[in-house]
Amino acid sequence: MAKVTISEVICKGCGLCVSTCPKKIIELDKGRLNPKGYHPARVFDPANCIACAMCAIICPDSAIKVEK
Amino acid sequence: MAVVYEKPHALTDAVLHYCPGCTHGIIHKLVAEAIDELGCEGKTVGVAPVGCAVMAYDYFRCDMLEAAHGRAPAVATGLKRSLPDRVIFTYQGDGDLAAIGTAETVHAATRGENITIIFVNNCIYGMTGGQMAPTTLPGQVTQTTPYGRDVKLAGYPIRVCEMLSTLDGTYYAERVSVDCVPNIRKAKAAIKKAFQNQIDGKGFSIVEVLSSCPTNWGLTPVEALQWLRDNMIPYYPLGVYKDKDKEADNNG
Amino acid sequence: MAEKVLMKGNEALAEAAIRCGCKRFFGYPITPQTEVAAYMAKRLPKIGGTYMQAESEISAINMVYGAASAGVRAMTSSSSPGISLKTEGISYLIGSDLPCLIINVMRGGPGLGGIQPSQSDYWQATKAPGHGDGHILVFAPSTIQEMVDLVFDAFDLAETYRMPAMILADGMLGQMMEPVVFPEKEVVEHEKPWAANGHQGKREHNIINSLYLKPDELERTNRERFARYEIIKEKEARVEEYLTEDADIIVVAYGATSRIVRAAVKAAREQGIKAGMVRPITVWPFPAKAVAKAAETASRMLCVEMSLGQMVEDVRLAVNGKVPVEFYGRTGGIIPTPAEVLEQIKKIAGGAK
Repeated sequence: MAKVTISEVICKGCGLCVSTCPKKIIELDKGRLNPKGYHPARVFDPANCIACAMCAIICPDSAIKVEK
Repeated sequence: MAVVYEKPHALTDAVLHYCPGCTHGIIHKLVAEAIDELGCEGKTVGVAPVGCAVMAYDYFRCDMLEAAHGRAPAVATGLKRSLPDRVIFTYQGDGDLAAIGTAETVHAATRGENITIIFVNNCIYGMTGGQMAPTTLPGQVTQTTPYGRDVKLAGYPIRVCEMLSTLDGTYYAERVSVDCVPNIRKAKAAIKKAFQNQIDGKGFSIVEVLSSCPTNWGLTPVEALQWLRDNMIPYYPLGVYKDKDKEADNNG
Repeated sequence: MAEKVLMKGNEALAEAAIRCGCKRFFGYPITPQTEVAAYMAKRLPKIGGTYMQAESEISAINMVYGAASAGVRAMTSSSSPGISLKTEGISYLIGSDLPCLIINVMRGGPGLGGIQPSQSDYWQATKAPGHGDGHILVFAPSTIQEMVDLVFDAFDLAETYRMPAMILADGMLGQMMEPVVFPEKEVVEHEKPWAANGHQGKREHNIINSLYLKPDELERTNRERFARYEIIKEKEARVEEYLTEDADIIVVAYGATSRIVRAAVKAAREQGIKAGMVRPITVWPFPAKAVAKAAETASRMLCVEMSLGQMVEDVRLAVNGKVPVEFYGRTGGIIPTPAEVLEQIKKIAGGAK
């Protein structure tokens, strides 16, 4: 069981996590805008997360925490 | 649940001012992780540059200074010579380190100053809005090379690691990249080594980190990393340019 | 009783700094201050200090910035063209509220100028030691003994007010020899809770910085600094008065020039002219009150400098039109003679009749 927590407030919607995720389970949430005006990243298929933490490693804003 | 990855302690809670997808944030994390893993936050003093990372003093939890443009290695020298048991690092961009601060950089290296330099090379002046840097690639379009960098007019880029590796005072010089997770892992190892070298009293260590500037390159963050791979790495090959540890091994 | 020793001005400056606990010296060779650096290079390694010959004046002052940030006593020394290069760093030291000592053994300018004595950096030292709103403490010794004594005060006041201090000397004072006694007082360095020397997990991180992107914050910071300057002007302005009590003609001069003026004033007295001298010991803060007071009793004033007229502007501001303020100066490395100054005093005395 893996858990990815993305801080919606800190996220700048750069999409580096989206392109890096090997399981392709992260997307930019086009239906939402955070207070900075960005579409925040979200994990749309958490059940498939393998807790590799690659999303968190590449996140420039340290917005992602990964637990297992 | 066990934490697999979270923000390092040596970074403050301040929200980074960098543009979306700017890899400065990744490099900040790597420096902070190295500080955490070496347990040296309380005895570390960092020197911020002038450039995009000017406000790095707000982001690192260790004591911090803000230096004049290009002067960080001189400031770090003053710090280190006053506090020899402290860990002193500078965090500098390409304009800061390789243009206005070339003299400070070269002489800190040739003195073998026992400091750690994190050199962020993104081929452009970011903070002022995308002008030619000393590292701007031949033909690269910037605000001040609107027709592409013409080497007949503007000269050639400086390869900092190669240049500094010719100096006897340089202990360790490595070029890394943060364009993908495997390279980020290598970058972290290099940065940690550059700090460890200082703690071990070995001398001048520099890690050049190839970094992206999506905003001033006019690319999306993901495209920018591809541009880095396609254009920067061929001109600025990754690898260890100098490591006196290895030289000692080879001689031994 | 402390021992009297014969010393060259530049070496006395260096020894005084060492006795103040300054163990960090960062410099770059330039005539006519080289003996300061040479003395430090010889002495500091023997007492656990650092003498560092930097790659440039710019680097040297930035090394001082680093050392001052670390909370230790640090200094640099140079001469006019070198001080120009240091102005960037001096501005950052001002903006970051850092104490340090800067020595300027002035030579003629502008540009490369010459290597003979001059006082033509008065404006730079007192009005614009760097870009932006700000000042540094500027002490102007006139003897080697005073050079020594003022180094002690410079370090102390720099730390009291958290700002750079300068000894504004000249090639004549730097090169001449005089007997000096080093004060045998205990040097107490001020506490520096603001220093960036590693928080050791015991406090929040300290930040040494001069960047304030929000205009209201920058204005507030500058106003706070200027409020401190007002206290300094009130408390720290220093002056020596020589035969001023009944003086009709007051000559204002500082540094090496005041030595010549003193002789000229004495000679004028011998010729029946009631001359006196006001000698600013601090030129920032400028002792405006003492100068204004002198203007109340004198009928004429004369400012003598080794420049074409820099401090005279401050004298005129202080006098505020109460009496005429004449000027006499030599420049380019030429030192005025007592006879020349006496001639000026006599001319003015004649004019006053």
